[in-house]
Amino acid sequence: MGRFHRHADGTDHSHDETGGHSHDPGDLSGYQTGTDRVEVLERIFGENDKTAAANRDRFAVTGVCAINLMSSPGAGKTTLLRQTLTRLAGRLRTGIIEGDIQTSLDADQLGGFGAPVALINTGNGFGGECHLDAPMVASALPRLPLDDLDLVLIENVGNLVCPAEFDVGEHARAMVYAITEGEDKPLKYPVMFRSCDLVIVNKIDLLPYLDFDTGGFLANLRAVNPAATVLSASARTGEGVDAWCDWVRAQVAARG
Amino acid sequence: MERRRAGVIRVHELSLCGSIANIVERHAAGRPVSVIHVQIGQLRQVVPDTLVYCWELVSEGTQLAGSRIDVEAVPARIRCRACDQVAEIGDLPVLVCGECGSTDTEIVSGEEFMITSLELAGTSAEGASA
Repeated sequence: MGRFHRHADGTDHSHDETGGHSHDPGDLSGYQTGTDRVEVLERIFGENDKTAAANRDRFAVTGVCAINLMSSPGAGKTTLLRQTLTRLAGRLRTGIIEGDIQTSLDADQLGGFGAPVALINTGNGFGGECHLDAPMVASALPRLPLDDLDLVLIENVGNLVCPAEFDVGEHARAMVYAITEGEDKPLKYPVMFRSCDLVIVNKIDLLPYLDFDTGGFLANLRAVNPAATVLSASARTGEGVDAWCDWVRAQVAARG
Repeated sequence: MERRRAGVIRVHELSLCGSIANIVERHAAGRPVSVIHVQIGQLRQVVPDTLVYCWELVSEGTQLAGSRIDVEAVPARIRCRACDQVAEIGDLPVLVCGECGSTDTEIVSGEEFMITSLELAGTSAEGASA
């Protein structure tokens, strides 16, 4: 959908929001065009995306690769991160940004691995945000020694809807999907599954006890995101976690 | 979303309303606003009813109290890179060409989430409200 607007010289046209030319001066799209209507044509995520770009610049300047890790509650993000920190210790200097609505329980679990952890409690007057946004991540950056890090893993708030909509300045997006969630989830939460570069199919140690249809799940995933990399893992037993760590290291290397 | 007390609401529509308020205030420049026209693409997970309800909460007690959000839903359309067919997708968010079955598609529309325009209240008389 193009961005239609009128210029001071009387010409009008439309083009994509991101492309085109400067709209200072002479772009009348923000001015009143009728007796009681003001044209706006402004993206509602624009403000967040501006801060996300600044976060991305900050990561780039300090040589840090940032990965946004998302999932539903209880899919295994924190357990996977514990396994990850154990494996990456001494190989990648890693920091954690931990998003949680109320508690420091997850951040506490991630302590003791030698990785600095910046906790963001998203609680606000309305009972807590269901996601991290770019300004929240920006507020956590001063609490991490970015100059001394190679990698920042951002553990988002457990939720399959909201986090997918917010760019926080990451370089790559990964999600943990647990096979206990059912094969239909890519079709029910397409924005999340579509936005990810990698999907980790977790809790595969439970395969013998479930009627999980792996082929059906993969078909649903491919329908919304044909390009995503897929890995199988059990964060509990550690199976498949090395392959995830290899993927993480490749992301860091691609930015080194 | 069912209507519950504000203390336990946990939806991203709430923070999106905060962004909407910032944009609207900037464009309204102090003039009273009656309607905010918002486009929401089918591929966004923004629930129109929730957005409208959250706006009541967020705008309450502010200069924008009494204004309402009017949602224009934009259907999702994909173009197939294999056969060049452009079509609306169905109810399922499946990005597969209905003509040739290719998954090599691009989204033509359906990801919009923008404020298109504002209607001002009582513009005929200074300070009057609708």
